[in-house]
Amino acid sequence: MSDLESLYREVLLDHSRRPEGRGDISGFAVTHHELNPSCGDEITLGMSLAPDGTIDALAWEGQGCSISTASASVMTGLLMEEGTDAASARSLIEQFRSMLRSPGVEPPEELGDAAAFQGVARYVMRVKCAMLPWVAAEACLLRLDPPGDS
Amino acid sequence: MDTTIPAAAPRATGAGALAGVRADIPYLSGHPDRVYLDSAATAQRPASVIDAEAAFVRDAYAAVHRGSSIATGGATTAFESARETVAAYVGAQPNEIVWTENATDALNVVALGMSDASLGLGGARFALAPGDEILVTEAEHHANLIPWQRLARRTGAALRWVGVDEHGLWSVDDLRAAVGPRTRIVAFAHVSNVTGAIAPVADIAEIARDVGALTVLDACQSAPHQRLDLPGLGVDFAAFSAHKMLGPTGIGALWGRTELLDELPPARTGGSTITTVTMEQAEFLPAPQRFEAGTQPVSQAVGFAAAADYLDRLGHDAIATHGDELTEALVEAVTATPGIRLVGPAPGVARASLASFIVDGVHAHDVGQFLDDRGITVRTGHHCAQPLHRRLGVAATVRASAYVYSTADDVARFREALGEVRGFFGAHS
Repeated sequence: MSDLESLYREVLLDHSRRPEGRGDISGFAVTHHELNPSCGDEITLGMSLAPDGTIDALAWEGQGCSISTASASVMTGLLMEEGTDAASARSLIEQFRSMLRSPGVEPPEELGDAAAFQGVARYVMRVKCAMLPWVAAEACLLRLDPPGDS
Repeated sequence: MDTTIPAAAPRATGAGALAGVRADIPYLSGHPDRVYLDSAATAQRPASVIDAEAAFVRDAYAAVHRGSSIATGGATTAFESARETVAAYVGAQPNEIVWTENATDALNVVALGMSDASLGLGGARFALAPGDEILVTEAEHHANLIPWQRLARRTGAALRWVGVDEHGLWSVDDLRAAVGPRTRIVAFAHVSNVTGAIAPVADIAEIARDVGALTVLDACQSAPHQRLDLPGLGVDFAAFSAHKMLGPTGIGALWGRTELLDELPPARTGGSTITTVTMEQAEFLPAPQRFEAGTQPVSQAVGFAAAADYLDRLGHDAIATHGDELTEALVEAVTATPGIRLVGPAPGVARASLASFIVDGVHAHDVGQFLDDRGITVRTGHHCAQPLHRRLGVAATVRASAYVYSTADDVARFREALGEVRGFFGAHS
């Protein structure tokens, strides 16, 4: 696999062409806008929690490169898995971030399709692209489930 | 200035006006497989520029304009001789060249000086008040926009602008229509860093002069490609940067007409700028010293002059011929590739040595990544011109820019890679 192919895995390109979760963000409990000022990529993420504390609705709109678009798509799939609450969502975000900061380290199984972003770690200038939606999710969670609340 | 051609000077040859320049650039020699098409962002430096700076530091470095030692005298002479060289490069007198950190800083020196004038700190002719207008264009680099936004906010003056069309271009007619009796400042770029469009500077200077407005020229993208005659262009202030014209980072220059610079309040004050200081106040030296507070980028000034000397040795006819050839090739590479939209002037219309473009269905960063993988360095992003990109309808474009060391082979490799981008990302029209 060439360097470029290890960055742009087929699964990643598929997600960027048919992204999951892109849609109307009105009516959510919270929304958060995140911008990458160096390239102008942006995302607005909407999120709501069910009474039992699990994430029951998530959507996003925005424009960005294939990395940030695919990342938003993959993240949507992971966070919308049944039973994902704020704590487990935070854990996934942290694992994703850790993967992007650790070139060459095998990502944990929990990350599923998100492991395809492993190759981004070698491209310092693209880490922010991949992180953009996850940072937005982190900000939503902070408001939905403030630390020390539980 | 000394324009004799030293024996070691690179010479134009029949095989491309500037054949052989590439060999003078250590970065390019050290990366023989890479194609560097990001010179509008920053230029790679010739060995002679790097060496001139290093030799000064090794052999002649001392405090400048301070103390009385022989070493200080030598360093001061080198520092001021550099100013003479750079001044001559833009057709100016040495006292009209103020060293700054970069071109952004130079533009801020003007805007902040006018802000001080508006507060009554001297230079009454620069004072702005509510009702006054500052005119810019929608194509400006943020460096020639935000300082004016802030000046308007501080003084109550109105910021107005000449809009751009869907190609990122603005017209002199629109500018003429936007200028009025309350226009005090007209600030614009000689060459757009995104579109490469070339502004008719002398015409605009005349339009501004007719209403008594001052002109501020961002010459960052023009100074690298030609010897400028800033006084002859009719503008009042101009900014340019060493690192885009083969020189070091950390130094730029503000040019201004003597009578204006000597009156503009110094926004940054401190040591070396003054005549008399009491506990209550200070009197300032004439330009350029009134603006050069604190220790200056001394070795960078020496490098800046070496860069201007190098460009002069190449010869400006050869630089222009070579630039035209590569510009045409860049534009051809972009327009000949299906699914790619060229930004800026239409093919065949004059532009600087750059081509910015949008690839259908592929984000600029992904295009840049693909080209990078093929060994081709280009710039991706909004190029510090968000309002212009908003008008283009995209967040980011890709920009390929050539310079004196770029070759036809560089552009050919760029063209070949560009042809594969849409296929790789599965973008089909």
